Amino acid sequence: MWPPDIEDKSNKQFNIEKPSLTEDNFLKEFKSKTEKHKYDFMKLVELTDYSDIGSHQQTSLVKQYKFRRANAVRLLQDELDALSKQRQEIEQRGLDILQEHRFVERNHISVLEEEGYDIWGTADRERANKSLLSYKNEIDVGVNVSGEDGTVGYWKDRAVRLHRLLDESLKRESILVKKLQESVKMEDQNLPVEELSQILKRADNFLHFILQNAPVVIAHQDKDLRYRFIYNHFPSLGEEDVIGKTDEEILSVSEGVKEFQDFKREVLENGKPAKREITYEHPLFGKKTFLTFVEPVFNKKREIIGINYMGFEVTDQVVKREKLAKYREEMAVQKAKETELSKTIHVTEETMRAKQMLATMSHEIRSPLTGVVSMAEILANTHLDGEQRQLLDVMLSSGDLVMQLINDILDLSKVESGVMQLEETKFRPREVVRHVLQTAAASLKKDLILEGHVSDDIPLEVMGDVLRIRQILTNLISNAVKFTHKGKVGINLRVVPIPNATQNPATQRCCSETSCSSKIGNETKTGEEIVWLQYEVYDTGIGIPEKAIPTLFKRYMQASADHARKYGGTGLGLAICKQLVELMEGTITVDSKENVGSTFRFVLPCKVPSLEQDLSDDPDEDPNMSCSSHIPNPMEGFFLFKPKTVQKPKPPGNSQLKQTGSTELAMEDGKSRSLHQSSVQVLLVEDNKVNIMVAKSMVEQLGHSVFVVNNGLEAIRAVQQTRFDLILMDVHMPVMDGLQATRLIRSFEENGYWDASVGPTCQTSPTSSFLSQDCHEDTRKRKRTPIIAMTANAFGESASECLDSGMDSYISKPVTFQNLKEVLQNFFTCNS
Amino acid sequence: MDVSMLQRTYTDLLTSLFREGILNQQFIELQQLQDENNPGFVNEVVSLFFEDAGRLITELISNFNQQAVDYKKVDAYVHQLKGSSASIGAEKIRSVCQTFREYYDKNDIQGCYNCIQPLKQEFMTFKSKLEALFALEQQIVAAGGSIPMMRH
Repeated sequence: MWPPDIEDKSNKQFNIEKPSLTEDNFLKEFKSKTEKHKYDFMKLVELTDYSDIGSHQQTSLVKQYKFRRANAVRLLQDELDALSKQRQEIEQRGLDILQEHRFVERNHISVLEEEGYDIWGTADRERANKSLLSYKNEIDVGVNVSGEDGTVGYWKDRAVRLHRLLDESLKRESILVKKLQESVKMEDQNLPVEELSQILKRADNFLHFILQNAPVVIAHQDKDLRYRFIYNHFPSLGEEDVIGKTDEEILSVSEGVKEFQDFKREVLENGKPAKREITYEHPLFGKKTFLTFVEPVFNKKREIIGINYMGFEVTDQVVKREKLAKYREEMAVQKAKETELSKTIHVTEETMRAKQMLATMSHEIRSPLTGVVSMAEILANTHLDGEQRQLLDVMLSSGDLVMQLINDILDLSKVESGVMQLEETKFRPREVVRHVLQTAAASLKKDLILEGHVSDDIPLEVMGDVLRIRQILTNLISNAVKFTHKGKVGINLRVVPIPNATQNPATQRCCSETSCSSKIGNETKTGEEIVWLQYEVYDTGIGIPEKAIPTLFKRYMQASADHARKYGGTGLGLAICKQLVELMEGTITVDSKENVGSTFRFVLPCKVPSLEQDLSDDPDEDPNMSCSSHIPNPMEGFFLFKPKTVQKPKPPGNSQLKQTGSTELAMEDGKSRSLHQSSVQVLLVEDNKVNIMVAKSMVEQLGHSVFVVNNGLEAIRAVQQTRFDLILMDVHMPVMDGLQATRLIRSFEENGYWDASVGPTCQTSPTSSFLSQDCHEDTRKRKRTPIIAMTANAFGESASECLDSGMDSYISKPVTFQNLKEVLQNFFTCNS
Repeated sequence: MDVSMLQRTYTDLLTSLFREGILNQQFIELQQLQDENNPGFVNEVVSLFFEDAGRLITELISNFNQQAVDYKKVDAYVHQLKGSSASIGAEKIRSVCQTFREYYDKNDIQGCYNCIQPLKQEFMTFKSKLEALFALEQQIVAAGGSIPMMRH
């Protein structure tokens, strides 16, 4: 298991790496607690003899044995050497001592004559003493050297002692030699085999001791992957169940076996040992995971003859590991969820804040601005001089522009922040088109023609957000009008096939991105029909350069820098249109050619309402109003608006609904009724009821307002109170006739006072006719009112008489429309 | 009767009135004054005339039946009648009034007297004819048709 080069070389020999299996048959008698091993003897013998490993083991064991012997021998030899050395030393010392003693003896004889001869001097004696002392030191083993140095007794004692020591040492030596011999003998007696078997026994004991409860399976298989040896296999299997069979046969093809076999074959092929974790599932033992180590076994010729494998059960670990992995995963998921949640909360908070701000802002900004604009408008209605009026006009137009701008910005923000909600109500597309064009025509200052074409297959009513559609159309029309100086601007509305069928990638993308799957088909879930309406706004204006088209719908983008300067505007209109169109699940496109014109097209899906739907709340429509009174034909699809200044004769066809925003006198055959700009007040002085009715009707039809009095006196009273533009005066009336009344009126106009004393007979001289310029004393000279006589010539009054009385003209009775018209025309073209 | 038949009857009646001289151009003027803003104008005016003229004629006749006829007054009435009838285009009535006034100018009492009866006669005729006309108009409108216009 451990890498092979980690150990000390010297120790390697002592490691029992892989016990050879050769001697298993010997160990059969060996009593192990659990008989967990099964062997094929012949095979084992073969193996160990012929396999590389086996021989390796043999040699290592032999080496071990030899070394141990050699070691023992060495140790003993060392001891022996040491002892013999000691002996020798001791002997040497003995000899030395004897030699010394001889010297000393010689000295000793002459010592008898102690006081005598001292030739050898003190030096020898000192030497002897030294040596004695040294001996004393060395051999002083419980020997009391009492007495003087140099006495014979002392030296005898010493000799005895030394002899004793020597004997002891010799004895020791002999014992050791004996021991050595014994051990040599012992060693000789132990056969290598026995030695080995001892070793093996120990090894096996060791193995069993450790492995008996370990979750380990050890086995050897041959080239065909048949078991030859197995240790610690599953208890219920018997020997015959395992040996000689492959895993497949034993375990049948259950989960993991195939993997195992493949793994083994791999190892067999590669010739390299390998480790792998394999999971088995078998009814015998359930689901277990084994960490298997497989090693190929080579014979001496380097051929593979089989594999060894060792399996360590790691099921728990695997389970734990998987659990841990799962937990970690769950934790990660949980954390991710939490971050997502906090993000969402954050986003929601932001959105809420944004909405709040938007609502507040729109109120805050619009209120004071509306105030300013309203006040300006009120101011416009008060009395102002020219300069003030000019200034006020500038104020109003600026105020309007700012309002527009703010509304645009707020709209855009609303749509983009997703706050904008669309309504869905019933409305009539033709009405919307007409209304937009009408509004545009009303404020049109240029010489342009506004047209509207609605194709016949557009349904009368559809469902949608009228307000937004009108906003888009108004935006596009105002753009068209702004950039067109001559020619026409128009709206076309037609039904188109479902855009999905066409190769319109924008729509398809739109459809796939937004959840408008309900509208892809031509029917919604509730089975209502969907029509795709194409609105087209075209003009003959200055056009858009090609390079500006891609950025046209972007915010704040205008066709060029010059445009902003020349035409004003904010650049938000088209961005808003695009956002709104796309919010309604449609698409918007543009075609343009410079100096020719532009066409803006957008398609919107609209539901066609079924009959049970609610009534629409489109302000355009008044359900109580009968169609016949206002609009002759609700299915009318063609509209034409001309500017105020241009007046064309009415075309004969009745398929055209002509409307003018203008206010003029109708020049035709007395059929069109239009109110005159200034209300002309006509005083009708007539007594005959029938005549009154007829004349009044005629005058009213000419567009003037009529005040009726029944005689001259009443006429005068009326003139006193009110200023009239014209008086139609009947001549023959009771109380006061027309001529008289006329005279009086003229005098009042001249003089400024009514002279009641002036009787019916006129006191004014002929000279003071209405043409005189004297009598200027009264500065209040009234403006002369035209008086026209209505006469039947029945009483002989002649034209000149009428004129003399102060009349300006006369009309014969019975009054016809034409006559009345001509006379009035004369008077108003001259005098207005 | 269906609408087209009614309309035809109406047209025939109206044409005959013109041919007979009971109505003149002025009546067309009246008709032209009638439109969607002023529906029934003709009806109104003519009804007013019936009332007014009726009153005048009654006055006239009562005056004539008196012992002392105030011809001036009578003339004034006739003048009124003339004006009214002229305004609405009741030709025959107008012309009788005209005749009367001529006689009056000439102080021809007998002549004047001779006009009274015809005047009444003409008025009655006029009234009945126009009432029939209006009845037809109502029928046509009720049947959902439109009143045919006269073009002169």
